[in-house]
Parts: sequence; C-alpha cells; structure tokens
Amino acid sequence: MIKSKEKRITDYPAFFRKRFFTVIVFSITPMILVSGIILYEFNRSYHEKVHAHLAELVLKHKQNIDGFLVEKLADIRVLAKTFGFEELSDESFLRDRLEILQKGYGPVFVDLGVINSKGLQVAYAGPFKLGKAIYSMAGWFETAMKKEYVISDVFLGLRGLPHFIVTVRDNWKGEPWIIRATIDFVAFNNLVGNIRVGETGFAFILNREGDLQTKPLFDIMPEKGPYLEFMRAELEKKDDIQIVERKDESGKKAIYVAAFLKDGDWLLVYQQKLSDAFSDFRRALKVAFAIIILGGLAITSLAYVLSTKMAYRVAKMDEERQMMDEQIIETGKLASVGELAAGIAHEINNPVAIMVEEAGWIEDLLEEEDFKKGKNLDEFQRSLKQIRTQGKRCKEITYKLLSFARKTDSTIQEVHLNDMLEELVAISAQRARYSNVTINTNFRSNLPFLEVSLSELQQVFLNLINNALDAMEKTGGILDISSRLEEDHVVVTVEDNGPGIPKANLGRIFDPFFTTKQVGKGTGLGLSICYGIVKKMGGEIEVRSTVDVGTTFYVRIPLTKQKEKEQQEAVATT
Amino acid sequence: MSEKDKAGTDRINLLLIDDEVGYVNVLSNRMAKRNIDVTKCLSGTEGIQALRKQDFDVAVLDLKMEDMNGIEVLKIFKKMDPDMPVIMLTGHGSEQAAKEGMKYGACDYLTKPCELEELLEKIREAVKLRR
Repeated sequence: MIKSKEKRITDYPAFFRKRFFTVIVFSITPMILVSGIILYEFNRSYHEKVHAHLAELVLKHKQNIDGFLVEKLADIRVLAKTFGFEELSDESFLRDRLEILQKGYGPVFVDLGVINSKGLQVAYAGPFKLGKAIYSMAGWFETAMKKEYVISDVFLGLRGLPHFIVTVRDNWKGEPWIIRATIDFVAFNNLVGNIRVGETGFAFILNREGDLQTKPLFDIMPEKGPYLEFMRAELEKKDDIQIVERKDESGKKAIYVAAFLKDGDWLLVYQQKLSDAFSDFRRALKVAFAIIILGGLAITSLAYVLSTKMAYRVAKMDEERQMMDEQIIETGKLASVGELAAGIAHEINNPVAIMVEEAGWIEDLLEEEDFKKGKNLDEFQRSLKQIRTQGKRCKEITYKLLSFARKTDSTIQEVHLNDMLEELVAISAQRARYSNVTINTNFRSNLPFLEVSLSELQQVFLNLINNALDAMEKTGGILDISSRLEEDHVVVTVEDNGPGIPKANLGRIFDPFFTTKQVGKGTGLGLSICYGIVKKMGGEIEVRSTVDVGTTFYVRIPLTKQKEKEQQEAVATT
Repeated sequence: MSEKDKAGTDRINLLLIDDEVGYVNVLSNRMAKRNIDVTKCLSGTEGIQALRKQDFDVAVLDLKMEDMNGIEVLKIFKKMDPDMPVIMLTGHGSEQAAKEGMKYGACDYLTKPCELEELLEKIREAVKLRR
C-alpha cells in the first residue's frame, strides 16, 4: 500500500508537466498562427498601400514637372512665333517681354537671349552682363540648332551658376536663329524639393549621365546604387513608376521610386529609408509583439496555476481515495475478524467450561480422605486453582471478542455525554490517584443529547481512559478529557502526556489483537472495539501521537438530524 | 460431607440438557456430590422425552444445540410444565440470546464457563421459588 502511495506521488510532477504543456501548446499555437497570418497579411497590404501612395506621389510630381517644362517651353515658342527675329533682336523689346513673363510667372524666367546662326547673342535681357556672348562653342548650341526646341540639362555655363535653358529655333530670311530662356534653378528645385515625406523621404532629378539636376536634401552618390539601374530601364517603360527596395549607401534598407521626365531624358527619384516609410507599421508590429508576449506570459502563468491546482486536486483526491480504501479495508478486516472471533469464542467456551468443571471435579475428589493424606495435595490444589484462573482468563478474552463482534447492549437511548463522562472519570479516579495521574475535565455545557447506546459509548471512553492511565502508570501525568460541539458533531478528546505511540505502531493501533502491553495484560481488542462502536454510530475515531509528548484521541459522534433541528430551534429562541 | 449439608436436606431433581457430553458428565458428577439428582440429556429431543416421563424441580438448558435451538425447547417446556423453572446456559457469550430466553419464561441465565457455586446458587433459588 505504501509502495503504491509513493508511486502516485512521484506521478504528480509528470501529470503537472503534461497538463502544463498541453495547455500551453493548445493556447499559444493558435495564437501564434493567427497572429502570424494577420501580421503577414497586414505587412503585405501595408506595403502595397505605401507603394501605391509613393507611386501616386511621384506620378503627380512627374506630371507637375513635365507640365512645368512644357508650359515654359510653350511660352518661349509663342514668343518666337509671335514676334520673330527682327523684333526680338531689339534688346529693349526683349526686356519688355521678359518683364511680362516675370509678371505672369514670378521669377521663373531669369533671362532671355536671341542668338543668330553663328552663335552670337544679338540681344539679351536679364541680370547678367552677357551682352554679345558667343555660344558657338557651347555644347547646348549645337543641339539647339539641330532641334526645333530643347530643354537642356543643368550646367554652369558662362555665369558660373547651375541653371538650365529652354531654346526654340526658328528661321528668319533662310537663316536659323534661336531664342533662349534661362529657367530659375531655385524655382525649379522647389518643385522637387517640396517632395518631403516622413523624416528621410526626399526627391531629386538626374539626367541620363547620372548628373544631379536638382539639389538633393541629403548627400547622395548618384552614379551608384539603383539610379543607374533605373536609367538602364527600357525606354518603353518611361511612363511607368518603378519601385525598388534595396540597401542604400549607408547599408540600411531604403525604398526607391523613380519616374522618367522630359521623354526619358531625366529621372525623378524619390528615396526614403524603409524604417521611416514603414514607421507606423513597425510601431504596430511592436505593439502586436508586446501583446503576443504578454498574452503568452498570461497563458503560461494561467497554465501553471491551473495545472498546479489540478495536480493538487488530483493528489488530494487520490489521497482521499486511498484513505477511503484503507478505511474500507479496515472496516472489512474488522468485520471479518469480528465474525471469526464470535465463532471462535463459542467454540472455545464449551471446552474451557469442561476443563474448568473437570478441574473442579478433581478438587471435589481431593476432598475425599484417600487424597487428603497425599504429600502433593497442596501442589494439586494450586495447580487446579491455576487451571480455573486461566479458564476465567479465556472467558474474559472470548467475551471481549464477542463484544467486539456483536455489541453487548446496543439499545439506543438518549445519552447525555457529559454526565456519562463524569461518571467514567469518577470510576477511574481511584486508579488515577494510584498512578499519580491528574484528570482534568473541560466539558462544554448544554451539549445536546446523543441517541446512541449508553453501554457502548461507556465502553469506548472507558477503554480510552484506561489506555491513557496504563500509559502513564509508571510516570504519572495529566489526563485531559474535554467535550465540545463542532457543527453537526460532538467531539470528545482524551489527551495524555504519557510516552506516546511510535509512528510504526500508530497505523496499527486499531487493528484487532495488536497490543504493546505485556502478554496477558492486554488482548489487543480494546481499541478495535472502540473503533467498531464509533464507526457504527456514524462517527470517527482518530489518534495523534508524538513520542515523549503524549497521545490524543479524538472521537466524533454525529448528532441525529432531529437533535440538530432541536438545537437550532433552541439557539433561535435564546 | 460439608457440601451436602450446605445444599439442604431435600434432594433436587434436575434435568440437564446440553450437547457437550464432557460437560454434561462432569457437571452431573459434581452435582451428584452436592445432593442433586441429574437426568442427563444430550439433545433437545431427549430433554422433551425425559420431561414427558417425569417432573423435575428445575431444568438447566443450553442455548445452542445441534438438533434444536434452546429457545425452541424452552417454549415446549413451558407448554408441558409451565411451573418448572428453567435456567439458560450459553457458551455463546452473548447475554442477549440468554436474555431472549428470559422473555420466553426462563427464570435465569448463566454464561459458560461458569463457577459451579454460581450455578448451584441459581438452582437453589429457582427451586425455592417453585416450592
């Protein structure tokens, strides 16, 4: 029995672990799966949203810039077509035109110049002293002569400042001439410089050679990175918006959005660090992870608490079951022993009766004259007396056995517990005095009547008191007897400060025939009988003992339902 | 023979019914020494037959016998001779059964093994009451 108990106990940690991990796996796995799917989808859609947003931003600005360039070119073309070389060669007229343009558009047009086929600037209106400058050697001049109109890349030119020009070619008297307008770099730069998103998002324009056409907000190296890749992109794609995510020069991931301007001559690039572009997403991600971790922790602690509780309850239930098993075994053992004892008692009483009578018969015969002279007469008589004494002892044993099997008088009557206990204390007083034992009583007054057999109950407590007195016979001591009411039970404790019962014996003291008393002094049935009687009354008998401290017996006897009711009524009325 | 004197002058006519031969024999021997004439019966049936033949001053009846229960025998005795006192003997150690006998008209009971003096006391008392 002890073995199985130990096995059960060692099983509980395993039981706990199993429950714990089951709860964790079955709660956290779905949480992680669902969270993962949601995060994945969210990530995807957020990327799409950001890409779409940036694409739209870049497209809008592309159209804006293209529109700006086309508009400025159209202005100059109108000027060339409307007035012609002759009129425009007049510097004062040209100044008027520039003034009109500047009034209409602000300082977008910096200056105007008219150049003949030789590359000589015949007229100039503007803030610089470019008077009769000769452009025949300038790179743009050649291109301008070839095409009807040109928008140049940004260059320094004669004035030593970054700018770009718009040229329109026309013919006068069979000779081509060119009208040139300089576009204000600052005004143009603002078109692109205004594109600012988040902390790191900015835009700039590159030409086909990878030269910057606007001043970027942050330093970049335009000949490297994705810019050239965009340049290499097919010309057919020039209306498309291209989006690429890759590492930038500082090694951090960035998003690049590019669109061709000016029929593929220029490239508008928008660039932003990925961490910045997705900062909201990253924040949401952090919150989500925090929630998942907190949830995981909550589940783990909950699983721990629940599993601990469950393991504890199972352990307790097992313990209770085991106690019940033991009790059933105990009761069964006592019952079978009781039946056996009754049979044995009956079978033994008859032969013992014969033996005692035969001994008596011999005694009778010894009375006769022949034997009276025998030298061993005294010895005979002593021996016969001994037979009779031992016969009586047999009878005592069988009587105890029988009372253990079937109680002597089990007539149920109303018993006042305190009166009965006082009576027993009085009976035992003589013996207690002899053994130098002080009996203290502490009876709670007004205990309800018990409906039990008086003689049986007497037997129980007489047994307990006698045992306690036996235990303290040599040493003396104190015997405390108390009664009290506990819910629907009356509890009597019999407590001695004798030598106590060793642990090894404690579990066996209610076993029939178990005794630690000397041979002939105890039958080992007293406590078994007590146990049987108390159990029959529906009560409990329990022992607690510590070696060298003492032993306490607790006897709980239930009140009958009716008594309880009366008692409650009595309490209610007082 | 001081014992005999103590037992009184009148001899007692006793019917002893018990299925333990050894017990019946030794008891009748000892009683004979004490002025009691014992008719020994080893079963309830034998006891009933004996009572049919003659009257007795008193009967000592064992409770548990093989052929019939002592209580059954007692009931029949009470019909045959309601005045005859019956003392129940029991080896069962159970006073309850013996007390049940009292209900059916037994005058007293004793548990085995008992002191002979105790039994004689009860016998004399019962006989005194009858006479």
